[in-house]
Amino acid sequence: MTTSPETIEQLANTEYKYGFVTNVEEDRLAPGLSEDVIRTISAKKNEPGWLLEWRLEAYRIWSKMTEPTWHNVRVAPVNYQDIIYYSAPKKQPQLGSMDEVDPEVRATFEKLGIPLEEQKIMSGVAVDAVFDSVSVGTTFKGKLAEMGVIFCSFSEAVQDHPELVRRYLGSVVPASDNFYAALNSAVFTDGSFAYIPKGVRCPMELSTYFRINAAQTGQFERTLLIADEGASVSYLEGCTAPQRDENQLHAAVVELVALDSATIKYSTVQNWYPGDENGKGGIYNFVTKRGRAMNDATVTWTQVETGSAITWKYPSCILQGDNAVGEFYSVAVTNNHQQADTGTKMIHLGKNTKSTIISKGISAGQGQNTYRGLVRIGKNATNARNFSQCDSLLIGDKCGAHTFPYLEVRNTSSQVEHEASTSKIGEDQIFYCRQRGLSTEDAVNLIVNGFCKEVFRELPMEFAVEAQKLLGVSLEGSVG
Amino acid sequence: MLEVKNLHARVGGREILKGIDLSVKAGEVHAIMGPNGSGKSTLACVLAGRDEYHVTDGSVDYEGSDLLDMEPEERARAGVFLAFQYPVEIPGVNNAYLLKAALNEVRKHRGDSELDAIDFMEFVKERMGVLEIDQGLLKRPVNEGFSGGEKKRNEIFQMVVLEPKLAIMDETDSGLDIDALKVVSRGVNALRSPERATVVVTHYQRLLNYIVPDFVHVLSGGRIVKTGGKELALELEEKGYGWIETETSAPHVAATSPSR
Repeated sequence: MTTSPETIEQLANTEYKYGFVTNVEEDRLAPGLSEDVIRTISAKKNEPGWLLEWRLEAYRIWSKMTEPTWHNVRVAPVNYQDIIYYSAPKKQPQLGSMDEVDPEVRATFEKLGIPLEEQKIMSGVAVDAVFDSVSVGTTFKGKLAEMGVIFCSFSEAVQDHPELVRRYLGSVVPASDNFYAALNSAVFTDGSFAYIPKGVRCPMELSTYFRINAAQTGQFERTLLIADEGASVSYLEGCTAPQRDENQLHAAVVELVALDSATIKYSTVQNWYPGDENGKGGIYNFVTKRGRAMNDATVTWTQVETGSAITWKYPSCILQGDNAVGEFYSVAVTNNHQQADTGTKMIHLGKNTKSTIISKGISAGQGQNTYRGLVRIGKNATNARNFSQCDSLLIGDKCGAHTFPYLEVRNTSSQVEHEASTSKIGEDQIFYCRQRGLSTEDAVNLIVNGFCKEVFRELPMEFAVEAQKLLGVSLEGSVG
Repeated sequence: MLEVKNLHARVGGREILKGIDLSVKAGEVHAIMGPNGSGKSTLACVLAGRDEYHVTDGSVDYEGSDLLDMEPEERARAGVFLAFQYPVEIPGVNNAYLLKAALNEVRKHRGDSELDAIDFMEFVKERMGVLEIDQGLLKRPVNEGFSGGEKKRNEIFQMVVLEPKLAIMDETDSGLDIDALKVVSRGVNALRSPERATVVVTHYQRLLNYIVPDFVHVLSGGRIVKTGGKELALELEEKGYGWIETETSAPHVAATSPSR
């Protein structure tokens, strides 16, 4: 008989299962950031001159910027000269050969449930595995190439498809967009690249798995996805990091380009190390994600954010073409001392553009969860429509939920709806479930999963199952 | 099956139960009646293990185990079912989903195999037939947007699926129209068997026309002050609770009130 209020906060003491460190020899730069460091990174990657110039320009922009302060999170100051900007396993595989991946690195991904041998992988999912600063392997490349689909690490794309990279890099998120995007543009090391040719429906899910391993390093990956006219693709992204006392910075940029009638569905399960129960350590997840949708195109973001000490990200859609559709489905969990300031921007430029925002924030422990969203209807966006729904669920009485919706409407024919709710998991709900034979944790899982259902059903099947489990683990112990 | 001895319990610092003795054997139906505030619902909640209710004295034996030592979910798995007076809403959680999880917990405890979704639906549809409940109910979120009558029917439906050994109905009849009352009694009567027992907590005699009790207990001031057969309920209906209070517990009331 222990369901008193103080036990409610116990659903917070969870062990992070991915906190191990891999011992692997790494080729790393000394900490610090300068033009020289950027030149070194660029040289290591054998980049063309235009890309080095692009990086240096971004660095100059970044040098004049200051960190944003408008968000609703408390950030310990980051010393950008203390960060290592390049760290890669020494044994680099020959491009395209999975057999040469360092066995330690391979074992790491096995342990994370991401086997890199194609025969072991769930059929229907191609994986690009990024370990610290580099991609260590991409599966099913050959099979995808048969259909003209390019799926490779960003570095390979720079070498093999420079025209595509040059055309689209920075076209959705320019270097000057914000502080972290500028930093990423200057120092990004790797990431994933995909191009789906005209009219092709990508035959398998594409996915990238990001792993931070080395201490003191930042991870700055860059992902660029292009769906040509009439193409469609579903892309998944997952991530974990070792358990460390210091905060580590992850500042990524993701750009999606959906040309006319193309469809991109981008799903994230974010499980970076969240810090311990006292708020020590954890990843600072400062990410810029944005998609551009041309005529009749659709960009869908689905995210399940359970990790990171701080999450700062707003996957957005620029609905540039007529009839373009943008969707954002989000579950964000903050437990212990985690903080999240997340949401989306829907920029309606074309006529008859439509956007949907479903955000579910769950706060437990002393977690602080903020939804921040902008819906902007431009002058020419005749008959644009938006529907937003922001729901918050509180577990215990030391956490917080905040909602900041911004609406800018410049066209009177548009229709904008916003709904919001805040609820608390009640003792009486838990007792009701227990009286039916469920344990307290199963009861909380049941209630939380019910709360998130609208978002989970947007996830691809395997991911939905993983997300549900992850949510259970993230909230374990927050009710006793 | 259930032996309650000298049970004392407090809620929010106030003593509500002041020495309950109650013995329920398998196969029996007991009705617990009494005026508002007499402790009827408190007794039901204490037996189910609700946290805000603190037992200060006495014991409860359930099939040879110390019931008070068991967690609420352990009691449920061992066959104790409480039909709530005010069933809570759980938005987004499908009724069938909760019920399947509950049934499998009970089955695990009994040593039966867990049912998968298909077997579960088959089983549930068969049970629904007993109550003539609309199948649409299964797909709706638990109690969300249900009318008062629907919530009570849902409680009985869960009970019929879970087949508890000891069912405790906490004022399940309150606020029900005559049709819903029939559904409720049909559910209870369907479960009547030599292995099971039911404790019906009610304010009115009306329900007992449909669920005929073997024993009627009158609770007043935290004690059972009178026990009789089903005819006691009729007598109460006619004379009101005042009759019992003046007849039996007047000395007790007189003894405690000056001290306040």
